[in-house]
Amino acid sequence: MTATTDQFAATQNAPDDAPGRSFTVTGQDWDSVTDALMGSEDERIIVNMGPQHPSTHGVLRLILELEGESVRDARAGIGYLHTGIEKNMEFRTWTQGVTFCTRADYLSPLFNEAAYCGAVEKLLGITDQIPQRALDIRIMMMEFNRIASHLVAIATGGMEIGALTVMTIGFRDRERVLDIFEYITGLRMNHAYIRPGGVVNDLPDGALDKVRECIAWLQQYLPEYADLCNENPIFRARLDDIGYLDLAGCLALGATGPVVRATGYPYDLRKMQPYWGYETYDFDVCTRTSADAYGRFRVRLDEMYQSLRIIEQAVERLEKSQGEPVMVADKKIAWPAQLAVGADGQGNSLDHIRHIMGESMEALIHHFKIVTEGFRVPPGQVYFPIESSRGELGCHLVSDGGTRPYRAHFRDPSFVNLQSIAAMCEGGMVSDVIVAVASLDPVMGGVDR
Amino acid sequence: MSPDNEPDKRKPDEAGANEAGKNVPQEAAGADKTVPADGHPATGPGVDAPIADSAAAGAEQENLPERLPSESAEVIETRRGAFGVRGTGDTSGYGGLVRTIAMPGSSPRPYGGWFDAVADQLAGALAERQIEFTDAIEKVVVDRGEITFHIRRTHIADVARTVRDDELLRFEMLSSLSGVHYPHDSGRELHVCYELFSLTHNRRIRLEVSCPDDDPHIPSVTATYPTADWHERETYDFFGVVFDGHPGLTRIEMPDDWPGFPQRKDYPLGGIPVEYKGATIPPPDDRRAYN
Repeated sequence: MTATTDQFAATQNAPDDAPGRSFTVTGQDWDSVTDALMGSEDERIIVNMGPQHPSTHGVLRLILELEGESVRDARAGIGYLHTGIEKNMEFRTWTQGVTFCTRADYLSPLFNEAAYCGAVEKLLGITDQIPQRALDIRIMMMEFNRIASHLVAIATGGMEIGALTVMTIGFRDRERVLDIFEYITGLRMNHAYIRPGGVVNDLPDGALDKVRECIAWLQQYLPEYADLCNENPIFRARLDDIGYLDLAGCLALGATGPVVRATGYPYDLRKMQPYWGYETYDFDVCTRTSADAYGRFRVRLDEMYQSLRIIEQAVERLEKSQGEPVMVADKKIAWPAQLAVGADGQGNSLDHIRHIMGESMEALIHHFKIVTEGFRVPPGQVYFPIESSRGELGCHLVSDGGTRPYRAHFRDPSFVNLQSIAAMCEGGMVSDVIVAVASLDPVMGGVDR
Repeated sequence: MSPDNEPDKRKPDEAGANEAGKNVPQEAAGADKTVPADGHPATGPGVDAPIADSAAAGAEQENLPERLPSESAEVIETRRGAFGVRGTGDTSGYGGLVRTIAMPGSSPRPYGGWFDAVADQLAGALAERQIEFTDAIEKVVVDRGEITFHIRRTHIADVARTVRDDELLRFEMLSSLSGVHYPHDSGRELHVCYELFSLTHNRRIRLEVSCPDDDPHIPSVTATYPTADWHERETYDFFGVVFDGHPGLTRIEMPDDWPGFPQRKDYPLGGIPVEYKGATIPPPDDRRAYN
C-alpha cells in the first residue's frame, strides 16, 4: 500500500490480520468468488448481508456463515440506525417526548406515541381521567396503523420473494390509510397526534365519512391478498415451514406479536391486559398453529379484518360522542390550545389565538408556561405495555419529579423479535433467511431507536 | 382476566397525583417560598381553567396517592438552583433553591391485590433454595399499581430462576430489561430494571438491581431468560453495566470502539448552537432548564 492509495476505496485485498481469504463482491460478480474457491477443500464462507440490502428491511446487517447454500451460523448486527431517541427525550418536556418516540418504529408511529403517553398518564395517575372520546380516537387510529403496518409487512415480504404484485397492491391500500392519517393528524407519519392527556385535536369535519370510505375500500380489496397468496403454490413453497419457532422458543427469546400468535398461543395484550377500553370492543385474537413464516403471514392477514371490526365499532362510538372533549380536563396538563388542521397544515385554532392574543393576559401566560416549561410528573417509575403491530411495545418511564423524563426506555418488539433470527435460520438455506427476516417484520427504526 | 389482577382498581387511592409538588415529601425549608411549590404556571382568574373549580379540585384530591411517610421515601439527589441560576450575583432567588429528589420508598404490608401472594410465594420459593428473603431482597416498593422487588445483585440470577420456575409464580417471559443512571445515589449509581410477565397468571412484576459505579458488575440472567442477551448488551452499551456470565457482552447499538456510555447522566447529549438571523439557540443540554 502506498500513501497515495484511496483510503476510502473498498478493500480489494484481505487485511493483514484477517484469517482466510476475503472477497469484496458488489453484486453480479459472484462468479469471481466461486472461481476462486473452486478446488478448495473449505466450503465455509462468511457473507455479510447488509447493512445495505433491499431485503433486510432497512439497515440490518446479517453475518451468515455458509457451507454451500446452508446457513451454519447467523448473527444480526444492528445499530446502524441508532439515533439516540431515548437520550434526546431526557432533554425535552414530557409533551415534546412524543415527537421523538413517534420516530422510533416509523411504520407504527401511533403505537410508539400510545405506549409513551400511556406511561406518562400512568405516572401522573390520570389514566382514568382521559376522556372516552380520546381513547376511542386512539383505538381507531392504532387499528388503522396496525392495518397500514401489516400491509407493509405483507407487501415487502412478498416483494422479497418475487411477488411484486403483492407489493404494489400493498402500498396502494396503505396509501388509503395514510390519507386518513393525513386528514386527521395533518401528517402521513411522525404524527405526534397522541399526547399525554388525550389527542392533540378532535376529528376534523367529515373525518368519519372518510373513515367509512376507507373501510369500504379495504373491505373490497383486502381479499385480494388471500386470492393472490393463500393457496399460491410458489408462495406456499417459499413460506411453509420456514423460520420455524415454537412457543417455548418464542417465550425464551421474548418474541411477541404475530410470531407468537402463529404458534397457536393467543398472546394479545389487548385481550390479556386490556387498556383504554379494548375490553369493550368485540374482536378475536387470530392464531395459527404452524409456527412458520406462512402462519405469520396468515395471522397478519386475519388481524387486518379484526382491526376493521374494531374501527367500525369505534366509528359508531365516535359518531355518538361528537362534541365531547378529547383532552383531559386538568388545564395544568392539557395542551392549552386545541389544534386544528387548516389549509396550511396543523396549527393553533384561530379561536385560541384570538383568546390569548386579544382577550386574556392570564391565558397567554398559562399558554406560555405550559408550552415552554411543561408540567411536572411525580417521581416514580412505570412500565406500560401495549400490543403494537409487531408485538409487545412497552415503555419504561422514570420521573424524578421534574418537567422532563428522567429515563425513557422502549421495549421495542422488533428489537426483541430480531434476536430469534439465529434460531430461525441456522441449518436452513440462505434463500430462506430472507423469508425468515420478512416474517419477523423488523423495523430498524424501532430496533435501534 | 381474573378480577384479582387489577390491584390499582382495588386501591383507587394508589393512583398518582396531578400536582407534583405535593408528592415531593421533603421540600427543603424555605425553598417553597421562592417558587410555586408545584412549579406549575400561575392560574389567574382570567384563565379558562375548570380545574380551579372547587368541585373539580375535590375530585382530584380523592385521586391523590397515599402520601408516603417521609422516612420511607428514598432521597436520591439534592439539587440546588434552578433555571440555570447558580451561585452569587443572583437576584432572582432561584439560586438559593434547594430541592430534594425522592423516589417512592419501601412499602409497608399489605401491598394489596395479588402482590402479597406473590411476595409470600417468592419468600417460600427462595427458602426452598436456602435463600433468606431479606438476604436476597432489599425492599419492596408498590407504586402506581406496580410492584418492584429490589434485589441484591448477588442474588439476581437465583431470584430470576426462582420466579421463572416456581409454579405459583411462573414469570415465563422477560419483557424488558434496561438501565437507569442515578449519579447521586452514591453506592447504587447504576440500576437495572427487569420487567417480568407471567402468561400463566397474567401478572407483571419488576425486579430492580443496583450496583456502584466503581464496581459495575451484575450477574447475567441470560441462563434463565435467553432474551436478556441483547437487552444486557444494550444496557452494557449505554450504561457500562457489566453482566457477568453473559455469553458475549459487546456493544450492540454504538460502534465497537465507541468511548464512554451514552445514556449515563454525565454523558453530554451533544449538539451545536443553531444560529438564525443573528440569534443563537444553544444545544438542548445547554439550555436553561426547570429541573
